[in-house]
Amino acid sequence: MNLLRRNLPGALVVGIPVLWILVFMLLPYGIIVTYSFWLKKYPTFLPAFQFGNYVTLFTDPQYLRVFLRTLKISLLVSAASFLLAYPFAYYLVFRCRSQALRTWLYMAVIAPLWVSYLLRAYIWKTILGTEGVLNSFLMWLRIIDEPSSLFLYNQFSMVVTLTYIFIPFMVMPIYTALEKIPVNLTEASADLGMSPWRSFWHVTLPLSLPGVAAGFTLTFCLSFGDFIAPFLVGGPDGNLVANVIATQFGAALNWPLGSALAIVMLIVVLSIVSVSDRLERKGLTGGT
Amino acid sequence: MTKNTPSLMARYGADTAFMTFVAALMAFLYIPIWVLIAFSFNDSRSLTWPLSGFTLDWYRKLAENTDLQAAIGNSFYVASLATLLTLCVGVPAAMVLHRFDFPGKSVFRRLILLPITLPGIVTGISMLNMFRLMGFQLSLETVVLGHATALLGVVVTQVYARLQRLPKSLQEAAYDLGATPWRSFVDVTLPNIRSAIVGAGLLSFVLSFDEIPVTFFLTGRDNTLPMYIYSTMRRGVTPEINAVGTIIVLLSLLLIVVAVIATRERRK
Amino acid sequence: MAAIIELENLSKHYSPTIIGVDDVSLTVEDGEFVTLLGPSGCGKSTLLRMIGGFEAPTHGSIRLAGKDVTWDPPYKREVNMVFQDYALFPHMSVGENVGYGLKTLRLSKGEIATRVKDALSLVGLYDKVNQRPQQLSGGQRQRIALARAIVRRPKVLLLDEPLSALDAKLREQMQIELKHLHEKVGITFIMVTHDQTEALVMSDRVVVMESGRIAQEGRPQDLYDHPASPYVANFIGTTNFLPGTSGATQGRLTHVEAPGTTLRAELDAAPPPGREITIGFRPEKVRVLAETESAENTLSGRVAEVIYYGLGLRVAVELEGGARVFADSLLPDRLAQSVLPQIGQSMRLAVAPHNVFVFEGRVAP
Repeated sequence: MNLLRRNLPGALVVGIPVLWILVFMLLPYGIIVTYSFWLKKYPTFLPAFQFGNYVTLFTDPQYLRVFLRTLKISLLVSAASFLLAYPFAYYLVFRCRSQALRTWLYMAVIAPLWVSYLLRAYIWKTILGTEGVLNSFLMWLRIIDEPSSLFLYNQFSMVVTLTYIFIPFMVMPIYTALEKIPVNLTEASADLGMSPWRSFWHVTLPLSLPGVAAGFTLTFCLSFGDFIAPFLVGGPDGNLVANVIATQFGAALNWPLGSALAIVMLIVVLSIVSVSDRLERKGLTGGT
Repeated sequence: MTKNTPSLMARYGADTAFMTFVAALMAFLYIPIWVLIAFSFNDSRSLTWPLSGFTLDWYRKLAENTDLQAAIGNSFYVASLATLLTLCVGVPAAMVLHRFDFPGKSVFRRLILLPITLPGIVTGISMLNMFRLMGFQLSLETVVLGHATALLGVVVTQVYARLQRLPKSLQEAAYDLGATPWRSFVDVTLPNIRSAIVGAGLLSFVLSFDEIPVTFFLTGRDNTLPMYIYSTMRRGVTPEINAVGTIIVLLSLLLIVVAVIATRERRK
Repeated sequence: MAAIIELENLSKHYSPTIIGVDDVSLTVEDGEFVTLLGPSGCGKSTLLRMIGGFEAPTHGSIRLAGKDVTWDPPYKREVNMVFQDYALFPHMSVGENVGYGLKTLRLSKGEIATRVKDALSLVGLYDKVNQRPQQLSGGQRQRIALARAIVRRPKVLLLDEPLSALDAKLREQMQIELKHLHEKVGITFIMVTHDQTEALVMSDRVVVMESGRIAQEGRPQDLYDHPASPYVANFIGTTNFLPGTSGATQGRLTHVEAPGTTLRAELDAAPPPGREITIGFRPEKVRVLAETESAENTLSGRVAEVIYYGLGLRVAVELEGGARVFADSLLPDRLAQSVLPQIGQSMRLAVAPHNVFVFEGRVAP
């Protein structure tokens, strides 16, 4: 440590990231924390220290509704991703006998991450829309007679779209966690006379929980803060917290309230990350 | 032996169930992309089934669209600079995390990894407030700073993971053989983490190229490609967007191949 | 001979309670082969790493060829290290690995090539110059690491458990090779090991370490024949320990009371009579007496266990006082299986006075 401190490269190695964090993370967060206590006084804002903005957020039913809706959508997205990702990862790690197939399938799930996020949201708008691909396809098949508006601009379309977008973030950590489980553990439990279901329940699942926790954290936080997909496929009643924040900084021009909302979002994310950190660490120490 | 038959059948059944499930998941992931590609060649303005005929008109329109070309240029500018910056900050940050112990290290780690889970909108508006407060004009450069901050976590996780797999003695051996810290970094550490840096750089480039939430708040008059597409979408869906999308999908595919080749580790 | 390394009151305290090296002073002569020997955690590696410059001492100083290098970074010290895991650069060929230390000296390309060739020839691996370290066997990598370290012609070569990653047969062979290499290049070697055989076979001088301090230093045979403490006696070779009390001294012979018997020990410095002492003697110095044979310093008891280890026999004898001692004997080839000692049979042992160690206090390890 002393060695590097004594010269310029060492100072740069430590200095650059620390400075960056100070200027581009801590300072901006500090500023929105400050703003969140200010007062809105049209057309500008007054420096103040009061909790009015937070009180509004937690008492005004309009905001509460958005907050609960966001929570519900994010939870549904995480759950749906989990239900799709876990069996898939399990198949890859324990059932797929061909190394090449495993690599290909894994790549196939991760690859969409590299394809534009916006595009992935847009595709579902074109598919689910009233004039969209799904409706016209179903009409073509004569399953329905007229276009249905059931598919787009509701919470269903949001969950489908967000799941489609964020599922790689669920697959990656679960796959990694399952891969780390030594095969001889399941063999040992089979040897002890456990049925496959029981050894899954008592051995595989508990050992993969840290990966599941990481996957839930990522998909939940990412859906929680999304405002593009709701905008494209959510419809009039599909506003999520992030859309409200965006509005406060745009048309509504209420920065203090928007800042307070952003702080609430920051706190939600931070607490989820620390809970999941603890879960993951517990999983690590529990494993040895 | 007789006892084996039902379990064998159960296993066969389970395998079939798994295969069906995997096939369905693949369909869920890839049919939409094929739909996107198919309609970019369809000669009708509306995106309805069945396809009516083949055309390259939408691609021709793209070629004539100067706004779009400017947006693509801007995106390349932003993504290249942001990638460069985030590597310049992220690689040292990973080394600090790997090598040093200091009070506040866990806070440092948390902060640097935060943007991975933190929604872009928070990064976006907090930096927006700062730039306004300091009297900065919003421009592509402020977008670059925003992207570099948001992508820091991606670089740090990838490079840090590689550094941890690198034996500490390699660096010590370089010192021992007369290399200064800087030289040992260039001669020994860097070549051994190069593929991780390339991989992280490619991923950062793609993510930056594609970024909206941060860009949304930090850009001035200039549009990046996703912002341009986004504003077009607000006016409605058109096959033109499908054509752009198809090109993006193909380019992404190309980049994935490059990334796989570049980050493939040498067989030992 | 001149001193090449002088350590003065060197300490490394990680915290007030965690002490790596504690007040070590040691001088190494130019050209010597010195081994730091001890169990893991005794501070031997930390000491070596401080000489190499990888760790900074909290007290004391290090002089290399008369010059104080205590605060010099590794890249400014004329010492080189062979790492336990060899630390060969995986992205460089064998030749580039060996030449790296010359490149940092800014030597000309031609000079580097010649010296790399010489060093690789010295370890017999010049034909591997273009291969990658990953393509070589463990023993070959070890030799490349050696070549890489000596090619800079350091004043001192440091070896951190250099043979620990090799299998037993190869290790024995490398011990001899290293010793020959040392004679050939004439560089001072300082090696760290926890393997006492390695230390005895290779070194001119062995420094035994115990919890960060030097327990004893000396030539291998001096340490073996005159251990300064039960710790050293037990770490180098095997020793039987018995609790005892010192008695009267006559000339060089001192009487010591052991459980059930009185022994005579030939000592340079005898403890005053009536002190609590620990008596020690090595299993291979114990003689098994025939039934009618009489001898000085006899111990009698019953055979508790017989261990056959190819080269000889080790018999555990339970003495009349209750203590258990080992007696080793090489098997004479006329000894048939039938004459092996039987468990439970009585047995008498003898140990010559000059083979008896006496340590003050009852501190058997």
